[in-house]
This record gives sequence, C-alpha cells and structure tokens, in this order.
Amino acid sequence: MTAPLLEARGLTKWYGDRLGCRDVAFDIHEGEVLAIVGESGSGKSTLLSLLSGQLAPTSGSVAYRMRDGAIRDLVSLSEAERRFLFRTDWGFVHQDAAKGLRMGVSAGGNVGERLMAVGARHYGDIRAKAEDWLERVEIEVGRIDEKPTAYSGGMRQRLQIARNLVTAPRLVFMDEPTGGLDVSVQARLLDLLRRLVADMGLAVIVVTHDLAVARLLSDRIMVMRRGRVIEAGLTDRVLDDPREAYTQLLVSSILQP
Amino acid sequence: MTAPIKPAEGYAFAYLDEQTKRMIRRAILKAVAIPGHQVPFAARDMPMPYGWGTGGIQVTAAILGPADVLKVIDQGADDTTNAVSIRAFFQKTAGVAVTTRTSEATVVQTRHRIPEKPLVAGQTLVYQVPIPEPLRFLEPRETETRVMHALADYGLMHVKLYEDIATHGHIAKTYAYPVKVEGRYVMDPSPIPKFDNPKMHMSPALQLFGAGREKRIYALPPFTRVASLDFEDHPFERTRFEAPCALCGATDAYLDEVVIDDRGGRMFVCSDTDHCETRRQEGHRGALLGDIPEEARS
Repeated sequence: MTAPLLEARGLTKWYGDRLGCRDVAFDIHEGEVLAIVGESGSGKSTLLSLLSGQLAPTSGSVAYRMRDGAIRDLVSLSEAERRFLFRTDWGFVHQDAAKGLRMGVSAGGNVGERLMAVGARHYGDIRAKAEDWLERVEIEVGRIDEKPTAYSGGMRQRLQIARNLVTAPRLVFMDEPTGGLDVSVQARLLDLLRRLVADMGLAVIVVTHDLAVARLLSDRIMVMRRGRVIEAGLTDRVLDDPREAYTQLLVSSILQP
Repeated sequence: MTAPIKPAEGYAFAYLDEQTKRMIRRAILKAVAIPGHQVPFAARDMPMPYGWGTGGIQVTAAILGPADVLKVIDQGADDTTNAVSIRAFFQKTAGVAVTTRTSEATVVQTRHRIPEKPLVAGQTLVYQVPIPEPLRFLEPRETETRVMHALADYGLMHVKLYEDIATHGHIAKTYAYPVKVEGRYVMDPSPIPKFDNPKMHMSPALQLFGAGREKRIYALPPFTRVASLDFEDHPFERTRFEAPCALCGATDAYLDEVVIDDRGGRMFVCSDTDHCETRRQEGHRGALLGDIPEEARS
C-alpha cells in the first residue's frame, strides 16, 4: 500500500495560553473525502490552517507526499515551495467566495490565474481551458467576461471551485463550502462537488458545521470539540451510531422538518 | 551646446552634499548589479515638489561630473517648463555644460520618453519615475509585492494582460508597459509610451530609474535583455502612427497630437523636439511645415 497523501501526527497549536487544537492525528489517501465537524470555536479552522501550512504548529508534524513521490514536512517547505503547492497540487475553497476570488477580475481571468502563475502564456489556450471549466461547474460560457460581482452567491462558489480545480490538484481544502447559501443552491453545489471529486479522484478535507454536508460528501468524519478530536470513523457509522455524548447531541440536534 | 559656467556660490557641487551622493551611488551600484530590482534609498527633499522629477534629479546629481554634458527632456521636449528648470538648476549648482542635442549629451534626464536617436555607449539615461512598483495596482500590499518579486511570482501580471484582451480584444496598455528584465525581475519602465519599450532592449547606454517620493532606484546596465510582457498569440506590438510628422515628415518617430483650431483640426508632430529639428535642418519637410516670410527674416 502506498504512503498516505497527507499524514498528520500530534498536531497541537496554542495561541499563547489559549488552545487552538491538540494532538490531532490522521492520514488521508488520494480520492478520500474527510469531513471535520464541530461547533464554532472547536478548532476546525485552526486545524485547516495547520494542515495547509498557513500556520506553524506549536508541536507535531504534517507530512505530505509531493508529486515526485518525496515525502516532505510542510513546516520545512520554503515560502516558494509552499506557494507552488498552493497553485498546483492544492486547492482552497473559502466559505466567503470574495476571499477566494479576485472580485475585480473577470471569471475567465479568475480561472486562468493559476495557469498563468505556472507559466501558461497562450491566451487562446488559457481561455479555452477557462471556458471548459465554467461549463464543468455549470456556469454559462457566455458569462466568462463578467466579474464575480455580477454573479450570484452559488455561482461565485462554483467559480471558486473551477478556479481551484483548473490545475488538477490532488488535495483540496474546503472551509464551509456551502455556508451562507440557500438550501436548493446548497444541494446543487454538493451534487456538483460530489461528481467532481469522484471524476478527478480528489482528496478533500472539508470543514463544516453542517452534518448534512458531511453525510453527502465525505467518506470519513472527525468530530472536534474544544480543540480535540473526540470521535472519528466512517461517516455513516459516526452519524448513525454516534458513540460520544457530544456527537449524539450534535446528531440529535439536526432539525427535522 | 552651452559651455560650462562657474556654479553659483554656496552650493555643494550639483546641490546635494557628498555623503548624500555617496549614499545614492551605493544604491545605484546595487541596482546595476541586480538589473530590474528596486533598491530602496534615503531620498532627500529637493527644492521642487514630488512629481516634478525629484527621483531623477537626485540620481543625476549623484552621477554628474564637471565634464558631463546634460540634456533634460520632458515628454521628449527640451523646451518645456520642467526640462528648462531642471537644466537651469544643474547649470547653476554644478556649472555643467548643457545641450538639447541627444548626440552631444553624456547624461540625459528624461520624463517619460527615450530619445529617438539611438543612445550609444558612454551615455546615461536617467528616468524620472512616479510609481516604481509594476504590481501596485494589482496587489496594494507592499509586503506582498516584495515577496512576489523575491519569488518571481508574476502570474498576476499576466492576469492583467488577460483582462485587457478579454475586454478590448488586444493588450490596451499603451504606456508604463511592464517588462521582464534578463528573464527575472518584472519592472515598470516608468510611464514611457510602449513605443519606446524596444529601445531599452540591449541598449549600449546605462539606464537609471529614480523614484523620489517612493524612495526607490533601479537600473538597466548596458546590453541588458528587456522583454515586454505578452502572450504567445497576442505578441507585444509597438504603437504605429498613420500619418508622418507634420513638420519633419518622420514616419518612425513617436508623435504628439496637437489641436490647431477650434474646428477639430489637429496635427501630429514628433514628441522628440531635438529629433524633429535635426531632421528639418537636414532638409526633411512635413506637410504643414511653413517658411518664414522673406520680410520677416533679418
């Protein structure tokens, strides 16, 4: 069996004397979707920042298997290598599309930015790729020259996904990808994500407080509370048969219409 | 050419004190060593407002010697206020010879043009730069642009060009057109028209860029490769003019549009006044060039 794509061991982050997260350890392989759930302030976002190398852990390590097969500790990556990873092998989908997109740049430019950052210099090719990706995320190709400010919330989120996937990354981080969208738009987005993830064999780490998102999207789930992982396992097992009292509370607090 | 004169009493040579000039020369040396890289320097207040060439004038002051011959142009013209007053400033404080002839000058300070006559080895071109950072309007954070330069992370620059083509069908930027220096640093060539961009490539002259308000100096040593950014299928194109210069008939020069009446009449003339005069003296005539009437000659 090949080494995991990403391997976290003993990840701990203290903000002064306040705890971010503590002793988090897990592996993720290609094509696997891992959901991290928990209430606000449980350390989900801290963990995501640690995993994506945006924050240095107080202790612990994150090992990542690069495209050439070498296994590197994210802390030891140089700024240049980290940036390169971020625009080739990784994607990051923010909850707020305005954070993940360039709002002043057209949709085509948004999708093309990563390509140009890694050296694409043929306008026609870049545009063709952008058009292809807009189609794949169900945005009308005719709207390629519009700025994201003219897009609805759901379209912005789909554009953000296209922008991230254009370089065929292997690992995508998602921070509440459906937060702030209405339910029907959410469903459509999840459907799209599920298809893309399966088609491309992506590994995804998705942070969410919405158990429905976790249920639909993920293979495995980690429940966090007060900076610790209190329960982890296959999504269906955890959600159907929660072991921890807190997880039971979480599952039972879903509103049933 | 106006011969050297005795400088005014009470000034250090070329206005700035020796320590300041040494500081600026150190910055220039570093800039020459790393072509296209912006070197910070402790720009001084000059007896003129920002935007009038305080960066260029400090660079000129630091490199000027008593034997130099100075030419100053403003948008190609030797006879506009900015050019005249900077020339007078150095005549007064350094007593150097001044000229309007590109071929006679050893130092040319310029605001936004490169002379039409190709520069030769031994000449130095000093640019006045308003905004040295080519990424400024794409990424407002200076901390971030510095990292982008350090890592040669220039994808964003092409996003700007992509947007131009997407909106206008071609790259619409006509001045301050970004260039890549020796395949490494992306540089703002100051707001020269893109018509002048090819002149920077492999120029035998030394080119120095001074930004006074922003306190930056950068440079192109002689024979440096300078490539204007573009796409493979939308290559860089020099501005072309439909009509020749109305005074000297030049077809290969950068032209200014001049409104000549209130009925929509206009003419196009060389922006480089020295180039235009030289050509007229050589006998070239444009469509609108008149003759001085016999009785007015004396």
